[in-house]
Amino acid sequence: MRQAIMALFLILPARLFAQAPSAEEILRKVDRNAVADNKIIVSKMIIHGRRGERTVEAKSWQRNSVDAFTEYLSPPRDAGTKMLKLGDQLWTYSPDTDRTILISGHMLRQSLMGSDLSYEDMMEDPFLQHLYEATLTGSDLALDRPVWVLELKAKKPDIAYDARKIWVDKERFVIVKENLYAKSGTLLKQVDVREMMTAQGRWVAKSALFKDVLKEGDGTELIVEAITFDERIPDVQFSKASLRK
Amino acid sequence: MIRFLFKGLLRDRSRSIFPLLAVFIGVFLTVFMYSFLNGVVMDMIRSTAHYQTGHLRIMTRAYAREADQNPNDLAFIGVAKLLRALNEKYPSMIWTPRIRFGGLLDVPDRNGETKTQGPVSGLGVDLLSPASPDLTLLDIRKAVRLGRLPQKPGEILIGDECAGKLKLAPGDTATLISSTMYGSMAMANFTIAGTVRFGIAAMDRAAIFADIGDVRRALDMPDAAGEVLGFFPDDRYDDKKATLMAASFNREHENPRDPFSPRMGTLPDESGLADYLSLVDSMALIIVAIFVAAMSIVLWNAGLMGSLRRYGEIGVRLAIGEDNGHVYRTLVLEALMIGFLGSVLGTLAGAGVAYLMQVYGLDLGFLFKNSALMIPNVYHARVTPGSFVIGFVPGMVSTVLGAAIAGIGIYRRQTSQLFKELET
Repeated sequence: MRQAIMALFLILPARLFAQAPSAEEILRKVDRNAVADNKIIVSKMIIHGRRGERTVEAKSWQRNSVDAFTEYLSPPRDAGTKMLKLGDQLWTYSPDTDRTILISGHMLRQSLMGSDLSYEDMMEDPFLQHLYEATLTGSDLALDRPVWVLELKAKKPDIAYDARKIWVDKERFVIVKENLYAKSGTLLKQVDVREMMTAQGRWVAKSALFKDVLKEGDGTELIVEAITFDERIPDVQFSKASLRK
Repeated sequence: MIRFLFKGLLRDRSRSIFPLLAVFIGVFLTVFMYSFLNGVVMDMIRSTAHYQTGHLRIMTRAYAREADQNPNDLAFIGVAKLLRALNEKYPSMIWTPRIRFGGLLDVPDRNGETKTQGPVSGLGVDLLSPASPDLTLLDIRKAVRLGRLPQKPGEILIGDECAGKLKLAPGDTATLISSTMYGSMAMANFTIAGTVRFGIAAMDRAAIFADIGDVRRALDMPDAAGEVLGFFPDDRYDDKKATLMAASFNREHENPRDPFSPRMGTLPDESGLADYLSLVDSMALIIVAIFVAAMSIVLWNAGLMGSLRRYGEIGVRLAIGEDNGHVYRTLVLEALMIGFLGSVLGTLAGAGVAYLMQVYGLDLGFLFKNSALMIPNVYHARVTPGSFVIGFVPGMVSTVLGAAIAGIGIYRRQTSQLFKELET
């Protein structure tokens, strides 16, 4: 009997560790699920500002997780505004001025269309594995589903968020909750996924609330209205000429 | 008697020159310092009121809390109605809405690509209506260096130094990149109508002036303004009236539960100058007190030396029967005459030099080259009726006080000892 109990104590932790994938493995699966060669997304941002609510709709084309082209569809004042991201450069075009302007320096830290997201958030490398060292810290429940809890620490000093804490759905490998921290340890932003959906066999967040903790207001709700993966997008879409079209 | 003493002073220069010089210098410095300080404070109040706070400033409660960051998302909406109400209730006051904003000014090349870009600090004021109070308050006409005032929507003025840095000249086009009231990116094209120099380093370095209508369009702020400024018609701040007006307005409009309700503040509170102004008031008193104390000591010393030098003379006068009180009184009377003459000359010279500085000013721009404060580069003195009293009275008082203290020794002279003293 004593031998049996001893065996149980020795075997149980080993079995538990065997079930838990490594932090790197989880991060790899998250990246594999989230990143695609090409993506076309129609989304809606509901910005809950101090002065009320505002909805901004946009359509984005993404290529190789590096380049992106976004056209704002509404409200009327913002309709026709376009943004082009090529690698680490970002241009914006406003039809009112007929000017294409490179957004750089501190402007990248500005709010994107008044939301809780910044241009810098758009510019980030989507592969978390490239940017962070991960540590698995435990399990939890989020959206009533079991999740892995990971702490990420930036590999390089020039990354927008020095540390992150992410809650990853154990089965779908979607980040369902995220806290983003500055180098000082100050919490900067929080992301809470509210709903998930499947698209072409992948699980993606359908609706998420972004909250800039340093900003007043009730956050920005980002809703994915339509998403398609690996569709052919002509190269001309990712040229500066397409901004003026 | 006075004539007799006056002749004595003229004939015995050593009795009058040093005390006269001491009073003259003291009074001159007091009058000049007082007038200069007065001018500096007036210049600061004037430029703070005209460029920043008005004599009265209305903002939303939320905007007021972060006013130094120009939080236009918290601006007041419904300015037209507010202005109607203000003009009805305070018809003699001048009310003018303003929008402050920050952003980048992007200068395109021939292909429309960014050639240069620089941060700017903008002010949206009424530039286009002929009766605009801002043209006078900001003295914009005088400030134009190149080009002209904006004459139609879409034209702006830019700080001279800023224009130089961005290589902009009148007639060029630039794009303002800023944020709308709702936080979206705002882009608007403007034509440079002219360049301006205000003599305020922070403004000349990075300021642009646009018509408030254009700014409202660019920043999506219809019928809104960051602040509504109020000015007394004679452009002189009246703290009593301003405090009453602000209290009455806030009783009527301020709602502690609504962060967007308007709140009126007075110049000293809005500018943070309240403490500074009371310090300046005390400074004037401190200058006078130091002057009286220092001069009394100097003149007391002069009196003592005079008494020593005139030891024999006073002894003889006492010995031949002049009583102590009379000798003491003549010394004080002499001091009064010296004090009067020194104070008149010192006041005239101090006020004269201060007046020259009132007209020509003193350029301290080199001190504020990198300053972000809205303070003028050129400071002027200001001669007021107070300038003619501030040095004159202490000049008289300190001379008399010095002589009176030094003269006390006369009463210590013993008549019985006088001949003995005179023999030695």
